[in-house]
Amino acid sequence: MMEIGLNHYLVLTTILFAIGLVGVMRRKNLLMLFFATEILLNAVNISFAAISHYYGDLTGQMFAFFVIAIAASEVAVGLGLLIVWHKKHNNIDLDNMSTMRG
Amino acid sequence: MFEAIAFYLFAFLTISMFYIAVTTTQALYALSALAAGMIFISAFFFILGADFLGAVQIVVYSGAVMALYAFGMMFFDTTREIKEKQGNKAIILGLSIISAILVVVIVGAPIIGNNITAAYPVTEGAGNVQEVGMVLFTKYLVPFEVAAVMLLVAMIAGIVLAGKKMDLSLTLMSEAEIMMMKEEDKKVHL
Repeated sequence: MMEIGLNHYLVLTTILFAIGLVGVMRRKNLLMLFFATEILLNAVNISFAAISHYYGDLTGQMFAFFVIAIAASEVAVGLGLLIVWHKKHNNIDLDNMSTMRG
Repeated sequence: MFEAIAFYLFAFLTISMFYIAVTTTQALYALSALAAGMIFISAFFFILGADFLGAVQIVVYSGAVMALYAFGMMFFDTTREIKEKQGNKAIILGLSIISAILVVVIVGAPIIGNNITAAYPVTEGAGNVQEVGMVLFTKYLVPFEVAAVMLLVAMIAGIVLAGKKMDLSLTLMSEAEIMMMKEEDKKVHL
């Protein structure tokens, strides 16, 4: 109980990932959906760092760096697209973006 | 002992902050809770000995990404309450937990099953930052450069998408000009 092992970190990561998935499924506002995806990426980063620590290998930390870089560029492009959409339609609700529905 | 106390404290804080971020109906509460959660996550990196990753987490997430979201929120109407999807809560919760456990098993099972050994073992007598630098600029040099190009592409895309009409300044224009611009905008959108 007092010795923190890899399993503790994996359980914590699972909980955080589940919270992020709940957010992705129940949010309607696209900005809030972006927040939930950030939570998902951060949960995975923790597990990468924990596995890297407990196996004495730096590869996990390297992957976490690249995940952070991808998250940063995702936010830049996503917010740009969101601003364009908001200028055009004056809302950012997910339900209004169904123009490609068959 | 000390590590266990820190782990449980920050686990509780992170989970509660992210729970607030996904459940609140106020956009600003969600933003602040997310920023706090990001900072608490960096504590895990410091506990795990990944000092450089922890510093990057604070700088990139709490600094850059949160500032970008804050600027983005100025474009949107954040005072309005956020409407939620009215779905079956039990199904959403069950699906989320099942898929999260599935992801952890997919990632964790090969590691535990194959008894892997370290490909780039930790160097003795070097700090975390030196180790990261050595591995990043030898084994991962090409992905590093590709990531740099990707960030450049994302930056240009952000400027092109969000920076339309940035050459016009509303404070330097007269009232009549602004009204005329609004009329033209309406015509374009109709």
